[in-house]
Amino acid sequence: MKINRRQFFKVCSAGLTGSSIAAMGFSPTAALAEVRSYKLARATETRNNCPYCSVSCGVLIYSTGDKSKNAPGKIIHIEGDPDDPVNRGSLCPKGAGLMDMVNSPNRIKFPEVREAGSNQWKRISWHEAFERIAKHMKTDRDANFITRNAAGTTVNRWNTFGFLASSSASNESGYITHKVLRSLGAVAFDTQARI
Amino acid sequence: MTNHWVDIKNADLVFVMGGNPAEAHPCGFKWVIEAKKQRKARLVVVDPRFNRTASVADYYAPIRSGSDIAFLSGVINYLLSKDKIHHEYVKHYTNASFLIDERFALEDGLFSGYNAEKRSYDKESWKYQFDKDGYARVDETLQDPNCVFQIMKKHYARYTPEVVTRVTGTPTDAFLKVCEYIAETAAPNKTMTNLYALGWTEHSVGAQNIRSMAIIQLLLGNMGMAGGGINALRGHSNVQGITDQCLYSDALPGYLGAPLDADIDRKTYLEKRTPKAMRPNQMNFPQNFPKWWTSLMKAWYGKEATPENDFCYDWLPKRDLSYDVLNMFDRMYQGKMSGFVCQGFNPLASVANKKKVGDALAKLKYLVIMDPLVTETSEFWKNHGEVNPADPASIQTEVFRLPVAFFAEESGTCTNSGRVVRWHWKAVDGPGESKGDAEIMAHLYQTLKHMYAKEGGAFPDPILKLSWPYRIADEPSPEELLMEISGKALTDLHDPKDATKLQVKGGDQLASFGFLRDDGSTACGNWIYSGAWSQAGNLTLRRDSSDPSGLGQTLNWGFAWPVNRRILYNRASADLAGKPWDASRTVLKWTGSAWGGNDIPDMRPNAAPEEGVMPFIMNPEGVARLFARDLMADGPLPEHYEPFESPLETNPMHPKNTKAKSNPVSRIFKGDLEVFGTAKDFPYVATTYRLTEHFHFWTQHSKINAILQPEHFVEIGEELAREKGIKAGDKVKVRSNRGYIKAVAVVTKRIKALDVDGRKVHTVGIPITSGFVGRTKPGFLTNTLTPAVGDANTHTPEYKAFLVNIEKV
Amino acid sequence: MALQSLDIKQRSATTTPSPQARQTVEIAKLIDVSACIGCKACTAACIEWNDIRGDVGNCVGVYDNPVDLSADAWTVMRFTETEQNNKLEWLIRKDGCMHCADPGCLKACPAPGAIIQYSNGIVDFHQENCIGCGYCVTGCPFNVPRMSQKDNKAYKCTLCSDRVAVNQAPACAKACPTGAIQFGAKEDMKDYAEKRIADLKERGYDKAGLYDPQGVGGTHVMYVLHHADQPKLYAGLPDDPSISPLVSLWKGAAKPLATLALAGVALGSLFHYVTKGPNEVSKEIEDEIEREDERQLREEAK
Repeated sequence: MKINRRQFFKVCSAGLTGSSIAAMGFSPTAALAEVRSYKLARATETRNNCPYCSVSCGVLIYSTGDKSKNAPGKIIHIEGDPDDPVNRGSLCPKGAGLMDMVNSPNRIKFPEVREAGSNQWKRISWHEAFERIAKHMKTDRDANFITRNAAGTTVNRWNTFGFLASSSASNESGYITHKVLRSLGAVAFDTQARI
Repeated sequence: MTNHWVDIKNADLVFVMGGNPAEAHPCGFKWVIEAKKQRKARLVVVDPRFNRTASVADYYAPIRSGSDIAFLSGVINYLLSKDKIHHEYVKHYTNASFLIDERFALEDGLFSGYNAEKRSYDKESWKYQFDKDGYARVDETLQDPNCVFQIMKKHYARYTPEVVTRVTGTPTDAFLKVCEYIAETAAPNKTMTNLYALGWTEHSVGAQNIRSMAIIQLLLGNMGMAGGGINALRGHSNVQGITDQCLYSDALPGYLGAPLDADIDRKTYLEKRTPKAMRPNQMNFPQNFPKWWTSLMKAWYGKEATPENDFCYDWLPKRDLSYDVLNMFDRMYQGKMSGFVCQGFNPLASVANKKKVGDALAKLKYLVIMDPLVTETSEFWKNHGEVNPADPASIQTEVFRLPVAFFAEESGTCTNSGRVVRWHWKAVDGPGESKGDAEIMAHLYQTLKHMYAKEGGAFPDPILKLSWPYRIADEPSPEELLMEISGKALTDLHDPKDATKLQVKGGDQLASFGFLRDDGSTACGNWIYSGAWSQAGNLTLRRDSSDPSGLGQTLNWGFAWPVNRRILYNRASADLAGKPWDASRTVLKWTGSAWGGNDIPDMRPNAAPEEGVMPFIMNPEGVARLFARDLMADGPLPEHYEPFESPLETNPMHPKNTKAKSNPVSRIFKGDLEVFGTAKDFPYVATTYRLTEHFHFWTQHSKINAILQPEHFVEIGEELAREKGIKAGDKVKVRSNRGYIKAVAVVTKRIKALDVDGRKVHTVGIPITSGFVGRTKPGFLTNTLTPAVGDANTHTPEYKAFLVNIEKV
Repeated sequence: MALQSLDIKQRSATTTPSPQARQTVEIAKLIDVSACIGCKACTAACIEWNDIRGDVGNCVGVYDNPVDLSADAWTVMRFTETEQNNKLEWLIRKDGCMHCADPGCLKACPAPGAIIQYSNGIVDFHQENCIGCGYCVTGCPFNVPRMSQKDNKAYKCTLCSDRVAVNQAPACAKACPTGAIQFGAKEDMKDYAEKRIADLKERGYDKAGLYDPQGVGGTHVMYVLHHADQPKLYAGLPDDPSISPLVSLWKGAAKPLATLALAGVALGSLFHYVTKGPNEVSKEIEDEIEREDERQLREEAK
């Protein structure tokens, strides 16, 4: 850090003047000192787990408001949960930066479609998204479902459709995903665990 | 992890190889530092790079990436030849005394039964010898030349310190120093914990890397001990849980092998998966397989699943081949797939060979992305310049992008690497119109169900009759789902030994998988999670962190599967008589009438020591396998094979046999063989890894993390930098036979050239945490470089050892 | 450890005595370099808690991003690769304000109340009162304060005075995954350091020791170093830091003299003195800065 020399000289006299005047009881403003107010006072605290690595640290999420209906909360701070026996309040640089992840401007907010050959995203409704995706899946499944293999064994599989499952989704989400996939006869699915 | 995060503090030696926990798991690494501070534990690191873990280690040894088996085999040879093993443990708790088929052999790098055409083994000659009662034959003197112990001595004698140095490049004195550290823990009251991660799995010999360490830990008697174990430090926050729910085609929830074409009916299917005990008096716990499977089918199909229709066995799809992610993308590349869904997964950046992945996605009819954030995969069709030179007009794939709620925006459970399942609570609503994963899957299912109900179609029964008892059909709650996973009695359950005694009331949640039945009277979505939500309520939200034993077991914090057990195989922490090997770290002990101590016994609670029930209850032989009968695809004992892209011409262990240069049974796709590079054009060994400041390709979206590590770089040693005229901060181009990336050069003393088999081998380190849609400087995807060949057992791709060249831009 | 706005030890450019009756517990942050893995959790926690976000920079060929302290980066990690006793070591030091007992910044500061030292040891900047002169930068023997390009005010680590005021640990200390940063009463921190030093000695670091430099009266951020005999090894941590004698002269002697003189003269002559007095001192300080700059340049060249 280089000093701005000219500025240095300029303020020299002002500095002495100021302090001298203050010493003589002509203080323009009292030299008060107050620390920044503690920003979590009355924030809502929620216990959760960090979504990154498999230490899965306990975190405390602080959000604005008190969950009243007219004031949707916004996350203002995340820190480690001191009660969690594994991380005991600590977090790594990823966990300590979680707030910027949740509040990232790169969050997807609406269902979108990029049509075949198009150069852009187009916002669509959830209804349209589910209808179009389900229609694709059904057409595909009905056309490619294999009831029996060459040996005549019943196999009931659909292998032209694939699915990659998140390793950060909850157990409950994972379970229901598995249940739905097998019911469709899907066999081509895998998880991030492999890589 | 066989043990858990906090238990690391109980170790005397923390041995890190195949991982870099200070970098990838800093908060778990805290317990390494605690072991050092509180127990005066030593930390030893073996890695191609002097990494962040090494920076606080007591000893560091370098190694050539891809030569771990040679190193670990050398350690095993050291332990066996210097007799630094835990004799009682090895004799009683492992299969050291078991006799193997006389035909078993290793010749010129290939085990008996090799079929070069199929690239696979016939494992007939790897089996135990059985007596007339059907039990495995043993020689407790360990002298029979066909006993596992003698086979191992012969197998490992070849890995002398000199051979280790020649293959791995680790200086002999450093190798021997590491051996000394490890050998000290053969004492019954000393333990070593091993921490590994993808540094071992992402090799064409990944599973055998880990097997090697399992063998070492068994020889030292460190399995089941506090401060011991084999501890896989897993990747994602719920990768353990999602693996437990088995979101992959090979298995149904709870690691129940999914039906194959050969399993023509339920009977055949169950028989194959329900083993008989191989030694007298053993628990042979997998004998309960039919109970687990039937209870799952009742959870999925409810009243529809009856004994008469084989509990809907035929409604489950049968698998003809492995549909792992590499194979899926190969099939997609061949045009054999129409649709694909990526749920919180970014294959363009994480599946091997980015070019092939992008080309494959372009052949799909529809692609659905479920993610909280913009991903590279969702924009594979978009031109991002040199880092993704796509032509949108020529790509006909319809791409949907669905906004998903993040962790802070949903409730439910995650399972950490130590198998502890904990509940988390929703803090705020997700942005815009985002929905949770479960809600999206439910909506999609409901939409399909209505279509099938209205229009009919291919085999609609399993869709229409899927049990869906959720109060809001489009939004199953995590509470409902966890209760379903945990399981309940469908009718009153009476004690099988005394029909007058009511065990569980119909409709009640079950306390554990011990109550599951194979007659359709119980339902359980995942047997290993059974008891997570019992009649006592949701045990995953317990927050009592008290730790009376001081071992960090915290039995009332969350719920660990199975049955809240914190250390697996804990019966092995005590001797045959049930006395702890180390009373100061008692995990389990025989109290005279039952097993007690500081954990849930991994043993029938009333199995008196004199009954001879051995600790490894999931194996039908009751003991641990030094020699892995018939389960490994690539050999019952690990053998060193070169990475598919190796700086060496031949395998130094088997220089004359080209078939044994690299894993002889790894799967190689057509077209991938052609894109392997050779040392002539690509002379440097590349290895890929995470950086602590980033999580994969996610945190590029976090401003804080972008500030901490803003731009992609590659690391090279000072010597290579001098040779290539590269200075720190220069822009460099790294090429493999599959593509190139450009990044900033970090020149470091921490990567040294190694002398391997008479030649100098340089390493180029490449972090994977670069992307082009975040707040960091747009960068290349590292998997542009990586090969698509994988481990023979798991098909995990070889991201840790391949060949590149490097030049200044 | 409560900290109230009245528990002030001294204020910059203020000669009215601060209330002295209360003495709160003297606190300290102990950075155990031997347990630090350089993960930057402290940096992230600092940025997040204090609501500061600098620009996304570039990789300059080392791990050290952010590459330097700034108005938006109050703590940074400095990585050094060195060979000691034929062994490669990767020394990683968390750099930031040391919260000196005898703070050079405060001494040099001409703006009333812009720099406050609390009785618990925290030295805090109050940007409302900062006039942007940069004297604190010169006054700091550790080269810590930085001027903001946005508002031309000086910034540095506050030791999370807002958190400490409500009895919480600074954000960095709480976050630290390996416990390399500890926070508590200075006395307890010194006891803890002793144990760590004994452990390091047992592991072969004969010269392990505590860094609590007395040249600045001791600090409220201390280091446990494996090579306490060579602080310079750790990215140029000063061996024996002290406030520049010229700053001491300027603030320690010259200013009160000036003040005294002021009190004795009529108000009318004030401006005459003011323009004369400080100019002389400034000249000397300017020379000192020039020498400092040269030293820095030489070091950078190395």
